[in-house]
Amino acid sequence: MKVELPEITPDTSLISVGEGEFDYDVIVVGGGNAALCAAIRAAEAGVSAAIFERAPREYRGGNSRHTRNFRCKHGAPKGVLTDSYSEDEFYDDLLKVTKGNTDEELARLTIRESETCYEWMLEQGCYFQESLSGTLSLSRTNAFFLGGGKALVNAYYNRLESLGVAIFYQATVIDVVIRNREFDGVLVDLDGTQHYKRGRCVVLASGGFEADKDWLASAWGDAARNFLIRGTPFNTGEVLKGVLAGGADQVGDPTQCHAVAIDGRAPEYDGGIVTRVDCVPFSIVVNQKGHRFYDEGEDVWPKRYAIWGRLVAKQPNQVAYAIIDSKSKDLFMPTVFSATVTESLDDMAQQLGLPEDEFLATVQDYNAACQDGVFFPTELDGLRTKDLSPRKTNWARPIDTPPFYGYELRPGVTFTYLGFRVGHDAKVSFGGVPSKNVWAAGEIMAGSILGEGYLAGFGMTIGTVFGRIAGEGAGGYAKASA
Amino acid sequence: MQKPALDEAKRQLAVCNACRYCEGFCAAFKAMTRYRAFDTETVVHMSNLCHNCQACYHSCQFTDPHEFDLNLPRVLATVRVESWESHVPFPGASRLFQSSPLVALIAVLVVAALFWLIAEIPWASSATFYDLISHESLVLIFSPLFLLPLLILFIGLARYWRTVNGESITWKQLRESLRSAATLKNLDGGAGQGCNYEKEDRYSQARRWAHQATMYGFLLCFAATSVATVMHYGLGLVAPYPFLSLPKLLGVSGGLLLTLGTSKLIYLKTKANVQLEAPGRRGSDYGFITLLWFVSTTGLLLYWLGGTELSSSMLILHLAGIVCLFMSIPFSKMVHGFFRMAALIREAQLRGA
Repeated sequence: MKVELPEITPDTSLISVGEGEFDYDVIVVGGGNAALCAAIRAAEAGVSAAIFERAPREYRGGNSRHTRNFRCKHGAPKGVLTDSYSEDEFYDDLLKVTKGNTDEELARLTIRESETCYEWMLEQGCYFQESLSGTLSLSRTNAFFLGGGKALVNAYYNRLESLGVAIFYQATVIDVVIRNREFDGVLVDLDGTQHYKRGRCVVLASGGFEADKDWLASAWGDAARNFLIRGTPFNTGEVLKGVLAGGADQVGDPTQCHAVAIDGRAPEYDGGIVTRVDCVPFSIVVNQKGHRFYDEGEDVWPKRYAIWGRLVAKQPNQVAYAIIDSKSKDLFMPTVFSATVTESLDDMAQQLGLPEDEFLATVQDYNAACQDGVFFPTELDGLRTKDLSPRKTNWARPIDTPPFYGYELRPGVTFTYLGFRVGHDAKVSFGGVPSKNVWAAGEIMAGSILGEGYLAGFGMTIGTVFGRIAGEGAGGYAKASA
Repeated sequence: MQKPALDEAKRQLAVCNACRYCEGFCAAFKAMTRYRAFDTETVVHMSNLCHNCQACYHSCQFTDPHEFDLNLPRVLATVRVESWESHVPFPGASRLFQSSPLVALIAVLVVAALFWLIAEIPWASSATFYDLISHESLVLIFSPLFLLPLLILFIGLARYWRTVNGESITWKQLRESLRSAATLKNLDGGAGQGCNYEKEDRYSQARRWAHQATMYGFLLCFAATSVATVMHYGLGLVAPYPFLSLPKLLGVSGGLLLTLGTSKLIYLKTKANVQLEAPGRRGSDYGFITLLWFVSTTGLLLYWLGGTELSSSMLILHLAGIVCLFMSIPFSKMVHGFFRMAALIREAQLRGA
């Protein structure tokens, strides 16, 4: 979905620090999973709360609406979760993807707390379902939301309504007013009119900046213009930027984003899960010059899809093409857009706009390098090429049985790493000193724990755990100071 | 069957199949995972398997204003009603019944007027039930009215069974399907939370309860009539029957359930989102539910009025309602139950039961 986000000039004359009544005890900025968990917890403490969601009602929920599960530690089978998943195993999995770029104390806190989230979510009206078909590998570690993330978000909003929390849609927070580490209020645009709303405290949970292509371009150059944004067009990071400029301590690589390779025909924003193309391990992937550029069979797809966004981003015009033959056509999840189907490889080159000679030579070299052996689509089968660069180390079968299928790939940005440095109490610090009344939760602080890479369902775990901590902290603070 | 709805359903299913977040909600989504592409018979099968619980719509990231513009409940409902009309003979009769809720009402009044003439308005209080309308004339009128619609329906179902490549049915498949229908499993939301209908994205059991009250009420009334037939012909026991008799106990309990169930269904429908149904069908749906309500309510009133002067007019209205209900079986919303059962059985076959 594409949206027009109007330029708003802040009317700073409305800001009156320390004057007037508090409009709300707790103000929550953002409307996704972390914001909702925080607002629920705050309201449960018996204080008044408001949530400012920038999107219209039908687009509420930020990127959470595109999620499908959360990663959950458990000692024994629990609901839809099979077997057990210990704190140490969970932490090891995190270490592998982040290459150690995490904060052990916060990470272990998140992991330990994840276990109690399961029942808590049920109490809020969320339902779980068995691991989806094609995701059996996650049935032990990840609990799937029945109906996906939007159903979860709906349940939370309904819970907030029951708790009497004020919910504002199309509410753009233009300025978070913090003086000497102390929050005073927010300048917010509601349906085109600006208001200054004072609160005893604030929870910042408005996500990252992945939808701001100018910001992405500052790290990636013009290549970023060709990126697709998998999630909400509303995550442009103004709140993050503003509060960092106000002196909040930051964490995470300020330029980096997490990107996966997705269908090149996906909408520019909000294509979500359906734009995935899972055929890469069974394919050869070429760039616009008709050349392969990386080992397509390095590991099983769930462990490799995350690196392909970056790989494709480095190719000319940020495009690549995955080509399979009819032997492999049913080995992966169906795609939302149909493949380019041809009876010959010449035709494929023509239809995809690839230089024919180069492409045919690439396929020929690859086919010649394929060896005899036993092919196992679901595990590393060691079926590798010989004397080929780059090599393909698993599932290397010749592309020789028409019809042929071609898929265009582009980088799809999922989230960004830059955020606030928080403590175990989810409080934002300024110059190393924690604020009195500013909390943060979700993607806006996830860089503290997930410094690099990605672990399926872990974003929702961080959002839920820190949303709850922040909401409880803010609710308790507001109650004590009321 | 018209192409646009089918093609649109295929487009939407391709998006759903690449997502599958809704897999846990119902049988239709579980069926989806068997396919990589959707041919016409698969879409027709899935459309009749869909119970219109609407959960997939409210959980969907890709509904309007998203460019994917998904509304699976609506497009499957459209394919579904088209599949009934294209398989059941005399589609013109279906279109007539679906055109307005007034068709059912006018039909009842016309039939009632006819009965009035046949019965020659015997106001005098009668010794037996059949003095109002002779038993023979009842049998003469009702037998063909009862059998002909069933024959038409049977032809429609047989054609449908060929479309979906149905095979011979085993007891196990039948048992599974009956269990699903008996509990309305596909409106339980997958986790027992109910469906989305009158409360938007909140779940509720109201529609499930109202539907089952209606269905069981109807079946009890049907059983009452069947038992009475056996008592009349087999045992020579002539109506009216006392309260503590099988026909009365079944009929009164069934009538109460049917009246309550249909009233609730109508109320719920006024709260439901019309955009999640087949376009242009709400009016005739109201007509159909009202007809069911009318039959049960006049039946109850008939019992309550006993031998009073009003009972003869009530009897005429009641019988007129029954005649119209039966005549319209193959052409009204009533067919949904039969096609749904066929789809549940076919789904059991495809699952390998």
